Amino acid sequence: MRSKKKQKSQELFVSGHRACPGCGMALAVRHILRATGREVMVVTPTGCLETFTSPYGYSPWRVPWVHHLFENGPSIASGIAAALRMQKRDRIRVLVIAGDGATFDIGFGALSGMLERGDDVLYICVDNGAYMNTGGQRSGATPLYASTTTDPPGKLSPGKVQERKDLPWIVAAHNVPYVATASVAFLADLRDKVKRAMSFRGPRYIEVDTPCPSGWGFPSELSMEVGRRGVNCGLIPLLEICNGSLSKVHKISKRIPVEDYLRIQGRFRHLFEPRREQGELNRLQGLADEKIKTYGLSRGADEPS
Amino acid sequence: MRLEEVMEGSEAVALAVKACRPQVISAFPISPQTHIVERLARMVSDGDLHAEYVRVESEFSAASVVSGASLAGSRAYTASSSQGLLLMSEVLYASAGMRLPFVMTGVNRTVSAPISIQVDHQDTVSLRDCGVIQMYVESCQEAYDAHLVAFKVAEDPRVLLPTMVCMDGWILTHSYERVSFLAQQDVDLFLPPFKPVNYLDVDNPQSWGSYADEDVLMEFKYSVQQAMVRAKGVIKEAWEGLARLTGRDYGGLVEGYRTQDADLILVAMGSMAGTAKEAVDKARRAGDKLGLARIRCYRPFPHEELWEILKAAEVVAVMDANFSMGSEGALALDLKAKLYGRPGAPVVIPFVAGLGGREVGIETVLEMVHRARECVKKADLPLEANWMGLNEALLPD
Repeated sequence: MRSKKKQKSQELFVSGHRACPGCGMALAVRHILRATGREVMVVTPTGCLETFTSPYGYSPWRVPWVHHLFENGPSIASGIAAALRMQKRDRIRVLVIAGDGATFDIGFGALSGMLERGDDVLYICVDNGAYMNTGGQRSGATPLYASTTTDPPGKLSPGKVQERKDLPWIVAAHNVPYVATASVAFLADLRDKVKRAMSFRGPRYIEVDTPCPSGWGFPSELSMEVGRRGVNCGLIPLLEICNGSLSKVHKISKRIPVEDYLRIQGRFRHLFEPRREQGELNRLQGLADEKIKTYGLSRGADEPS
Repeated sequence: MRLEEVMEGSEAVALAVKACRPQVISAFPISPQTHIVERLARMVSDGDLHAEYVRVESEFSAASVVSGASLAGSRAYTASSSQGLLLMSEVLYASAGMRLPFVMTGVNRTVSAPISIQVDHQDTVSLRDCGVIQMYVESCQEAYDAHLVAFKVAEDPRVLLPTMVCMDGWILTHSYERVSFLAQQDVDLFLPPFKPVNYLDVDNPQSWGSYADEDVLMEFKYSVQQAMVRAKGVIKEAWEGLARLTGRDYGGLVEGYRTQDADLILVAMGSMAGTAKEAVDKARRAGDKLGLARIRCYRPFPHEELWEILKAAEVVAVMDANFSMGSEGALALDLKAKLYGRPGAPVVIPFVAGLGGREVGIETVLEMVHRARECVKKADLPLEANWMGLNEALLPD
């Protein structure tokens, strides 16, 4: 029997980093690297992951790791991949593990360029839905009606008034072999998707929902619960898109109303206090219903069980 | 067989880059850099150059791709101009700090607004502080030679900094000159394959680009400055090494042209220096003791060599093809800073000329010399730069 100590020593992303307690992102990264194995190089653009893993002189990364800038993760990765091909070292694979700000916003042009060129890079977005290491400002991945420090709810505003950018489908429209969405609350599914992605050559994209206790406003022991509820209410569908077409969905085992997901997060508190904002809540429930219908997420009947 | 042909400046650069065997090339098109990167693309497409050519969506990505390639231990090359160079600036700061020794051509072109594709040095001079070595060339031949030197210098373990060859757009990139080139085996001897000191390796996993605070950041910055200082010797060595193969000696980091007994010395960079040399010759024929110091390496700034050339002169007239808005031209600023406090230092008279391709002819240069001498004679030393050839009629009242 493999001892727990042995298991730990084989991790490629080890303890000692400076993530907040309950950080969904740190957990996701550990499992992502379990799935890839050690024959990888990782590029991480500026963001939470870079900040909490790289204070000079310390590193939890046991694979080659690079942080360069905020908006160029895909192009740094393309350059590494090109060099590895020329050096005949391309059995080693290149990963980008980036936050949603780097992916949805500032690095979007570089991401699109990398996808269009067909470079052999697995791009994983560990998505916490805002610029968290600068204090929780709004990004293109922030969900509808969430409160952020730059989109705070007020007398004239219900929080963020736009829906999230639907990036997986934008990526899929680049005609890439593999796109998936995953959640840190479903770790086996996440590892499977990473392994699946590693079986293809060319650009691949996985978006991982990684709940953030500090930014979303919930106790650090609830990260997995919040992630699970996000999936089970329908707002975070877990999909696989191969060559531009939906190929597999994760069926929701026990569907819950969106309120059960929203109510335990500080970023949605203004929808319940000081008074219930029924219009906004209805619209969010409608969004979840639409996703469940569009992707066929219901197990059996399409009514909540 | 003489290895010599009449060719376009861009072709000379592409030939030099090809001879250096880069493994990764990445570029985004911008005039007047295009002929260089088109020629290289053709070489790759025809199988004459074995390299990965990454066709990116922006200059930001071009600089990033060569940075990534360099991180993985490959020799890499890019080229840009003007707005493209400015878009690269954030990448260049980071890659110099991470000591990534790729080579680039900075094809000089002015910077918007107004938008213009004409030459001046505003683009590359704006990148002077980022830790990228900058060499300026006067001719297509020197452009060819400088690219061989650039790779040699960048990859030297004493240096490890991005290195840029700056060449005037159109005037050099699109003009035809007789250019001698080296046989491949000679280039291979001069420039062996790149042996990176540190690079991404799964058997020796390192973390690059870490977050640094006040306890270590200054030491990182200082080590880049130390590398810049060491680069002065390495650049001289590399040019001397190349001169042994080519027989061409351009002088050291600064070329002194008829400066021995000169009482007034012009200072310039790039192709404008060619015109200045003609002006010097003309003035000399009339008995005027004029000389020229051509700065061939701008970063690191070769103040020791400049002092040796300038110390016996009474007046230095600086021809800046760039301007720091709110202050003055960059060459004049550097020169004054480094001459200040030297006993017996010559007077520096700053001029701005040739912005946005404004013609700088022999008469323009001689007019600068005349104005500089007048200033000294009247003991009226200007605190502001003198803009040459301004059309007063176009200026608002």
